[in-house]
Amino acid sequence: MTAIDPTAHLTAQQIEELGRELDAIRDEVIADRGEKDAAYIRKVISAQRKLELVSRGVLLFSIFPPAWLLGTAGLSVAKIMDNMEIGHNILHGQWDWMRDPKIHSTTWEWDHVSPSEQWKHSHNELHHTYTNVIGKDNDLGYGIMRVDEDQKWHPFHLGQPLWNFLNACFFEYGIAAYDLELGKNLHKRRRKNPEFRARAKAVGRKIRKQVLKDYVIHPLLSGPSFLPTLAATFTANLVRNVWTHSVIMCGHFPEGVQVFERRSIKGETRGQWYLRQMMGSANISGSKAMHFMTGNLSHQIEHHLFPDLPSNRYAEVAVKVRALFEKYELEYVTGPLPKQVFSAWHKVFRLSLPNKKPEVETPDREQELVAA
Amino acid sequence: MTSTALRSRAWKLLEMVTTPLLPSDYLDLVSPLRAGADLRGRIEAVHPETGDAATIVIRPGRGWRGHTAGQYVRIGVDVDGVRLWRAYSLTSPTDRQDGRVTITVKAIPDGKVSNHLVRRAKPGTLIQLDQPTGDFVLPEAKPAKVLYLTAGSGITPVMGMLRDTEFDDVVMVHCAPQPHDVIFRDELHDLVADKKLRLTEVHTDTDGMLDIARLDELVPDWAERETWACGPAGLLDAAEEHWSQHGVHERLHTERFRPSIVVTGDGGEVTFSATGKSVDADGATPLLDVGEEAGVLMPSGCRMGICFGCVTPLKAGAVRDLRTGEITEAEPGVLIQTCVSAAAGPCDIER
Ligand code: FES
Repeated sequence: MTAIDPTAHLTAQQIEELGRELDAIRDEVIADRGEKDAAYIRKVISAQRKLELVSRGVLLFSIFPPAWLLGTAGLSVAKIMDNMEIGHNILHGQWDWMRDPKIHSTTWEWDHVSPSEQWKHSHNELHHTYTNVIGKDNDLGYGIMRVDEDQKWHPFHLGQPLWNFLNACFFEYGIAAYDLELGKNLHKRRRKNPEFRARAKAVGRKIRKQVLKDYVIHPLLSGPSFLPTLAATFTANLVRNVWTHSVIMCGHFPEGVQVFERRSIKGETRGQWYLRQMMGSANISGSKAMHFMTGNLSHQIEHHLFPDLPSNRYAEVAVKVRALFEKYELEYVTGPLPKQVFSAWHKVFRLSLPNKKPEVETPDREQELVAA
Repeated sequence: MTSTALRSRAWKLLEMVTTPLLPSDYLDLVSPLRAGADLRGRIEAVHPETGDAATIVIRPGRGWRGHTAGQYVRIGVDVDGVRLWRAYSLTSPTDRQDGRVTITVKAIPDGKVSNHLVRRAKPGTLIQLDQPTGDFVLPEAKPAKVLYLTAGSGITPVMGMLRDTEFDDVVMVHCAPQPHDVIFRDELHDLVADKKLRLTEVHTDTDGMLDIARLDELVPDWAERETWACGPAGLLDAAEEHWSQHGVHERLHTERFRPSIVVTGDGGEVTFSATGKSVDADGATPLLDVGEEAGVLMPSGCRMGICFGCVTPLKAGAVRDLRTGEITEAEPGVLIQTCVSAAAGPCDIER
């Protein structure tokens, strides 16, 4: 909804052609999907389990500072792996084709306070279908922030840098509340809705289990290392939350990413849907390790085009997708993590203040606002 | 507190330690064949039998309950990363000392699993197992005279019987295209040399198909024999008719390879088995729409194949992926996305 539509130069025909070319990329990967991919996800799952086990073992002795450091680092990485490369992707059905009931979107549960079932609904269904459509995709600002000039400003938004910071620290709880649509459901009448109550109960159960495990049982098992272990699991959760929040902010918030009006998706064709995913997402550039630790969400554009392709394939798909961006003269928004994180935060600060109407922003004014 | 109660308490506690995973998820990393684990087996050796058949030696997990000669087992094998389940007869005797069991597999044209097992399976590979099952077995009381009537890989359950139980008077009629296609040929001839078996090989490439009327000349006393027959449907149909005509059908025991022929086409009758509805569907309408139109409560989400909110078990038949044209056939555990799948022939959706 920026003043200039960056896709205006494309004809309807070109857009459909683009859609066909993307479909061809998808088909190629599907035809070639097989043993190697299956071995990959199994290896990652087994590595994650071993890392978590060893780290928790080391934390039994976390009264010794080196053990604390090592265990906390290991547990943080294990939790990130669980949520990103494993959980997020399995819950997308990326590995359902293996027909292994243990690695399947219908059975997987992750180390997160939002139950898989609820997250799949709000993420796979709402966010991935209505990517960046204001009023439809609640991921845009998670209902607590203003992330586009065209969203109405409210004094509440003055605090959004703070909300965003708190959301980063307790991200998994933010997500759980978001999946529950807590804001909307706290009204008296809605609170009583049996369906909502059942879902709230499920979240409660999940929170109880996770908290008990991280903050009671494992510290207790550590005996004299009770407090250091408690601090370690808290730190690991914090690290995981801030990390995933940062990665996810980079997916749709950096400058250059487009948002869309509700009416623009009426009767959307497949080609137009693809185009919206392309313009509504942003990547993170970096090393293989970086891609792995982001659960390959560094390939957010490719992920949004093909949410059910195995994550280990996004890197090779990205080369072809990028070529299409060039061919159709579209901007492929990408950059290293610090740059993208900065860009996203920049927007959060800028839009915490009211703007007149779109054209208003000039680079100078942006600088001032960030400083403010 | 009883020890079982104590153990279940301890297990509950352990579950709190590992949540959201289960303790078994960790134990599986080190000991996938332990007691209490999901039943699995490890392939320990693959011995070629003929050009297109091989015997797979499997060490089953501790939960294996043992089998009766003649029974089969369902195994789940990962082929090109996809878990596929098939049933194979057990060919090892029931008292094998080392606790291993064997299945003998003949590679059938286009058979994904059979070709994988015969040509590509490697020792060390884990497979999934079900408990053995099937009532194509020998009776408790030994019959005086026995006839085994087999063709092709129909010999496999019978070999399990031959190796397991000795009878005083056993005749076998076995059909295979050529001598070198006879699975277990050396072992059979050894039994013949030891006078433990009388064997007639029918080589169908040269002798033609076995005409069941010829049985009178091959085994004159066939009607007095307790008979176990296994092979293609044509042979079994003929045998059943023959035995009935002579009024001795209770002496005939047959095992049919389950027909795995799925008719694929464009559209077909869709049955929603949980609701008990059936409707005709064309090959272009997503099953999600077909179900909703028929008033079946269908789970759904994006309706465009990306959210996996509509996955539903496919119990029978085949469906076509509307995006890729790929056909998926029903097998236990197969789930389909109803929003991007259409009927490719009659099918049964669990809704
Ligand atoms: S409804 Fe979303 S994948 Fe079928």
